[in-house]
Amino acid sequence: MATWKEETSNLAGVDLAMIRGGSGKPLLVLHDELGYTGWMSWNEELAKDRELIIPLQPGYGKTPRQDWMWRHRDVANYYLNVIREMGLEKPDVLGFSAGGYIAAEMAAAAPEILGSITLVGPMGIKPDEGEIFDIFACTINSCMRQTVFNKDAKEYGEIYGGEMSAEQFEAFEDARAESARIGWEPYMFNPSLPDLLRSAKNTKLPTLLIRGSEDAVVPQDCIRKYHDALPQADIVTIKGVGHRPEIEDSAEFVAAVKHFLA
Amino acid sequence: MQIAHFTERPVRYIAEEPILENRAFFGVSNKYIDPEKSAVDYNFFLDEACYCEEVGFDAVALNEHHGNPFCSGSVVNIEAAILARITSKVKIVIIGNMLPGVKHPLRVAEELATIDTISRGRLVSGWVRGAGSEQFFNNANPTYNREMFNEAHQFIIDCWTKEGPWRYEGKHFHYRHVNPWVLPYQKPYPQQWIPGVLSPETVLWCAEKQYPYLGLGTALGPTCDLWDMYADKSAELGYQAGPENFGYLLPIFVSDTDEKAQEIGRGFIFGGGQNAFSRPEHTLPPGYNSKGAIRMLAQQPGGSWLGVSKAKLMASQEDAWDSSAYDALREKLKAGYDKVQENLQVVVGSPETVTKKICDILKVIRPGVFTVFAVQGNVSDKDRLNSVKLLGEQVLPAVRAFAEKEELTGPFDREPGQVKLAPGTKRAPVVDRVALEKLGLP
Repeated sequence: MATWKEETSNLAGVDLAMIRGGSGKPLLVLHDELGYTGWMSWNEELAKDRELIIPLQPGYGKTPRQDWMWRHRDVANYYLNVIREMGLEKPDVLGFSAGGYIAAEMAAAAPEILGSITLVGPMGIKPDEGEIFDIFACTINSCMRQTVFNKDAKEYGEIYGGEMSAEQFEAFEDARAESARIGWEPYMFNPSLPDLLRSAKNTKLPTLLIRGSEDAVVPQDCIRKYHDALPQADIVTIKGVGHRPEIEDSAEFVAAVKHFLA
Repeated sequence: MQIAHFTERPVRYIAEEPILENRAFFGVSNKYIDPEKSAVDYNFFLDEACYCEEVGFDAVALNEHHGNPFCSGSVVNIEAAILARITSKVKIVIIGNMLPGVKHPLRVAEELATIDTISRGRLVSGWVRGAGSEQFFNNANPTYNREMFNEAHQFIIDCWTKEGPWRYEGKHFHYRHVNPWVLPYQKPYPQQWIPGVLSPETVLWCAEKQYPYLGLGTALGPTCDLWDMYADKSAELGYQAGPENFGYLLPIFVSDTDEKAQEIGRGFIFGGGQNAFSRPEHTLPPGYNSKGAIRMLAQQPGGSWLGVSKAKLMASQEDAWDSSAYDALREKLKAGYDKVQENLQVVVGSPETVTKKICDILKVIRPGVFTVFAVQGNVSDKDRLNSVKLLGEQVLPAVRAFAEKEELTGPFDREPGQVKLAPGTKRAPVVDRVALEKLGLP
C-alpha cells in the first residue's frame, strides 16, 4: 500500500485539507460533486509512480466554505493559486464530474501552468442533446443508482453498501449543499466555457476525455462539445460502466490514465 | 382577537389518482388543467372571500404555491389586489410572499404598496422562505434561501421608508435606481405576520422583529415550546410577548351535523392531504436547512424533519406503488384523518362540536390571531359556503366571547412589542400547559 496522509495547509488564503499519497510527478486529483469517497484501488495504482494531491474542496466538510467562491470558475482560479503557492511544476490534473468541470475552468484560465488535464464524465458544458442529471432533485439512493451502472463493482459496495452512518449522511449533505451553492444556476455548466477553452486549444494542452458508455449523469454530447472546444483531446470510452468508471472498472480506468500520462 | 379565513384554493376538479400516482401534489402534470373549470374555481374563491367578509370574519388570508394542484394561488398578489377592490372591511392577509423565490424584491415592494393603497390600508404582509419544493419549482438556490430572505425583507422595508431615489448594491440584489412611485397607505408600513412550521430560526427572527408568528396547524405541544422560545427571546429584548405576538392556523370544516362534516371534511386528506404535499426529495433541497437541522436528522434514524425521515430520504424513488394499492392507501389516509382529529390538528363537526374544540385549543396556546383553514379536495360551492355561513353565524360569536374573556388581544388591538419588560423581570406565561395536560392528547 502506498502511504497516504491527510494534511491541512494554508494555501491561497484558505486552510486547505488535502490527501497526499505516492511519489513521483504530481497529479492533482479533483473529486466530484458528492465529495471525496476515500483512497481506493485506483488511487493505489496511480500512486505507484505519481504523487497524488487530492484537495478536499472548500465547503465539502473538511475545508471551510469560502463565501467568495460563487462559481466553479472561482474554485478553479483558487486551485491555480494553490498550484502556484505549492510551486508545482506543470502538474497533471485529473478531475471527476464537477471536478472535471473545475479542471476545464483551470485549463481555460491558465493552460500554461498545467501539464495536462484528464476529464472523467465532466460536467461544465451544456449538452445540445440530453441533460446533465439533476442530482439535487432525488433521494440519496436514487442518486447512487443513477450514478453507478455496474452495481456489482466491489468498491461500489464498499463505499455505499450497508446502512449509511450519521457521518456519511452529513458529509453527503455537506457536499450536496456546496455543489448546489456554486452549481445551482445555470445547472452545473458555464455557458462561456467552450469559448474560454480557446486558450487551452491554442496551447494544445494535452487532454484526455473519459466517459463510461452507460453514464446516466453526463450525456455523451458533453464529451462531443468538449472535443469541439479541445480538438487535440483523446477520447476513451469505457464499456459497461456508468458515471464512476474509476470504481466500476478500475483496471480499464487506470490503464487509460496511465497510458495517457506516460 | 382577529379571526381570519384561509383557503389554499385547491384545484377542485382533479381526480385523486394522478396525485396518488405521483405520490405528492408537487409535480402533478399541468396537463390536467381545464381552463373553464379553473375559471370557475378562481372566481369562486374570490366570491367566497367576499362572503367571509359578509358573515363577520375580520380577515381573509391567502398564500401561494407553485407547480401543484394543492394550491391554485400561484401569484398571490394578483388575487390580493382583486380582493383589495372587491372587499371593503376585511384585512387582506398574505401568508406570504416567498421572497427567495420571487427574486425581485423591488417589484414585491411595489405590488404590496399597490394592494395597501387600493384597499386603503387593509394589507397584512407576511413573508415566507418557501417550502423546500418551492425552491425547485422556482429554481431558487436553496443554499441562499435564508440570506436572500433576510436581504429582500430589509430591502423592502427600506423601499417603504427611505425617500428615493437611492442606490442599492447588496449581495443578492442590485438596483441602481430605487424610487418606487407607490408606497404603503399604512405608515410606516403594513403589519407583518410570519407563518411557519416549527422552525426555531424563524421564531427567533420574529421575536427580534416583534412580528406575530403564525403556527401553521402545528401540534399543540411543540407549538407551546416554540411560543415559549419566542417569549424568552422577547423578554431578553425587553418586552413581554402576548397573544398579539401569536397566531394559529387550523384546518376546520363545519356542517349541519357531525356526520356530514366528517364526510365532507375528508377533503383534508384528499390525495394524501398535507402529508402528500411534496416528496422527500423535494422537501429537503440541498443546503435549505441549517447544518444543525441536518445533523439532527442524520443522528436520528427514526426521527424526521417536516415528516421526512432519513429512511425516506434513503428510499429509492423507483419504489412506486401500483394502482392496486390505492384502496389500502386510502384506508391508511383515513386512519391518519382520525389521528389528526384526536390530536386536534384538524377540527371537523357541527358548530357546537367545532366551537368547543376551538376554545380548548385557544385556552392552551392563547393566540391573538386565529385562522380557519378551509377544507381541501373536491368540495362543492354549496358545502364550502355553508361552512363559512355556520362559522360566521354560530362559531365566531362564541369564539369571540371566549377570546374576550381570556383576553386574547390581537395585533390590531395591541401593537406587538408594546408591553415593555424591565431587564431581569420574570416574564408572564404565554401558554397554558395545565390546560394542555387536561386535554390528554395522544
